[in-house]
Amino acid sequence: MTDTTTMSAKELLGFYQEELYEEARQAKIEGKLVCWSASVAPSEFCVAMDVAMIYPETHAAGIGARKGALDVLEVADEKGYNVDTCSYARVNLGYMELLKQEALTGITPEKLEKSPAARIPLPDFVITCNNICNTLLKWYENLAVELNIPCIIIDVPFNHTMPIPQYAKDYIAEQFKEAITQLEEICGKKFDYDKFLKVQEQTQRSVAQWNRIASLSSHKPSPLNGFDLFNYMALIVCARSKDYAEITFKKFADELEENLNKGIFAFKGNEQKRVTWEGIAVWPHLGHTFKGLKNLGNIMTGSAYPGLWNLTYTPGDMSSMAESYTRIYINTCLDNKVKVLSDVISGGKCDGVIYHQNRSCKLMSFLNVETADMLQKENHLPYVSFDGDQTDPRNFSPAQFDTRIQALDEMMKQNKEGVSNE
Amino acid sequence: MFTMGIDIGSSSSKVVILEDGVKIIAGEVIQIGTGSTGPKRVLDEALSKAGLKLQDMAKIIATGYGRSSVEEAHKQISEISCQAKGVFFLVPSVKLIIDIGGQDVKAIKLDSKGGVKQFFMNDKCAAGTGRFLDVMSRVLEVNLDEMAEYDARATEPATVSSTCTVFAESEVISQLSNGVAKENIIAGVHQSVASKACGLAYRCGVEEDIVMCGGVAKDLGVVRAISKELKKPVIVAPNPQITAALGAAIFAFEEVMAAVIFAFEEVRGANK
Ligand code: SF4
Repeated sequence: MTDTTTMSAKELLGFYQEELYEEARQAKIEGKLVCWSASVAPSEFCVAMDVAMIYPETHAAGIGARKGALDVLEVADEKGYNVDTCSYARVNLGYMELLKQEALTGITPEKLEKSPAARIPLPDFVITCNNICNTLLKWYENLAVELNIPCIIIDVPFNHTMPIPQYAKDYIAEQFKEAITQLEEICGKKFDYDKFLKVQEQTQRSVAQWNRIASLSSHKPSPLNGFDLFNYMALIVCARSKDYAEITFKKFADELEENLNKGIFAFKGNEQKRVTWEGIAVWPHLGHTFKGLKNLGNIMTGSAYPGLWNLTYTPGDMSSMAESYTRIYINTCLDNKVKVLSDVISGGKCDGVIYHQNRSCKLMSFLNVETADMLQKENHLPYVSFDGDQTDPRNFSPAQFDTRIQALDEMMKQNKEGVSNE
Repeated sequence: MFTMGIDIGSSSSKVVILEDGVKIIAGEVIQIGTGSTGPKRVLDEALSKAGLKLQDMAKIIATGYGRSSVEEAHKQISEISCQAKGVFFLVPSVKLIIDIGGQDVKAIKLDSKGGVKQFFMNDKCAAGTGRFLDVMSRVLEVNLDEMAEYDARATEPATVSSTCTVFAESEVISQLSNGVAKENIIAGVHQSVASKACGLAYRCGVEEDIVMCGGVAKDLGVVRAISKELKKPVIVAPNPQITAALGAAIFAFEEVMAAVIFAFEEVRGANK
């Protein structure tokens, strides 16, 4: 067994990501069940049943970051998926198509062979949850139909008002019970409630360490560069119900705290302005967006997106777990979204906000115009928005991004120098 | 002291040479932009007009889409800040700038000191930009500088889409073949451009004085259409294509002065 005790957080991140994929590949070989899951669908049930998990959104992000998205997007295009469909869905449906062709013919398609992403096995069933969007419903239904496998759906109503009403939590808790019944049938064994409790407790420990990292960006200067959260996010998605996430996040938080105590900061003395980034990263252009900001001395210290996985609840209490999976800010009304973002901006002590108008993610983007307007009335901070996409590289224009962030930088500078106080 | 502002856009190159931060001694435009010989030619032209050499410039700042490829520049500043700086210098009462260039449409809201308060610009769509007008002028076989005259004679403006250049082009072609007068089509084209720009202006908040700049501001048909849509007068910046280059030259002047004052303070501090 590999000794992980001496590994840095970054090494742990790489190690456990690979480990998770390897476990899934191994499970397939041994005839055990593999499930593909939506990123914020409850992971606790499947992990309690020892099912190997794959998270297509994270896998798609990895394909995007390694510049392999176009190949698989073309496969989805050929299958007739509209370019307006979320690119995570298109990347994954394209990738699934290649895996399916391989399974049917025994021949590995060239695009699959060439793909820079980790190889994943096809699922035996899928689980999805519409607490972050409804694309995830149709996407997973399509996977299930294409592969002729079961699909577990956890239906989570949108919260048009806050606080979340008890009947909504009760309804979701019922959905959980139904999912357990389906899972028992698929796995051919009884649900292990003792193990489930342990998995819930593990999830809470992982989430606590995740929140510990996120809170460190409130220091000025910040020991944490927010773009790192985009990378570490892979484990809060894929391993929050295992100790992999807890171990890695604890290590990372420890490292950051140690740096903070020693006066070592993310930007080594060059942190001039702090920004909030609203929305998903532009994976195929992650380096460009990060460097563009860094060259201007702008550090990202606020992002509401990693907070999607702040899934704090009381283990053993289904209603509390239901609440944690429904209060995700993009599943709530505009007023609450604004409130969450407002806290992120003030928590990160930010000087400006960047909104990613993500062509893929309608739910996160369509409210941005209104959100930005409401927030500016409240905090008077400058903001810009740019057109982009999380995994379809064709929807992002580097020059347009550069102009906007440079102008934002100049506006933040002007505010700091007190030239404009209106 | 001389400073220089260079604005390299997608379809034109502009240079302004400024004396002591107030006097424009050269303001040149060449109608080809980044990646072409335009930047070099306009630079040479401005210098020869001013009778100066590059070494005479205390500082050079580049702006515009091609700003990072200007080797002569000491610094780059976004066209949003430069546009605000230049227009505020020319029209100090300005509150809202509408800037339509080759591939960008921008609305920029200013505070009372001329700082950028907010701006909005078009994303991946050429509708409502200078390119859009280029395409239309070609289809209609009417020169860009004649478009305003045609517009003035319109009796019943046609409807032209503002969501897509290609789509609008085919609309115009079919209107031509249906015998719609060019005057009315051109007025429709101008309205289409105006609706795109005004959409951005409304997001900024419309407040007078409103100043228009960028190459498209030379087309008075567009200016009229914007003014009609906003129901407010629109001032065209003097020499509207060079305002961003002017802003860059002013920034260059201010930076030189700030450095001088800083050095002076240092010396004074050391002598105390
Ligand atoms: S639409 Fe948005 S929330 Fe839904 S899968 Fe795509 S990126 Fe995720």
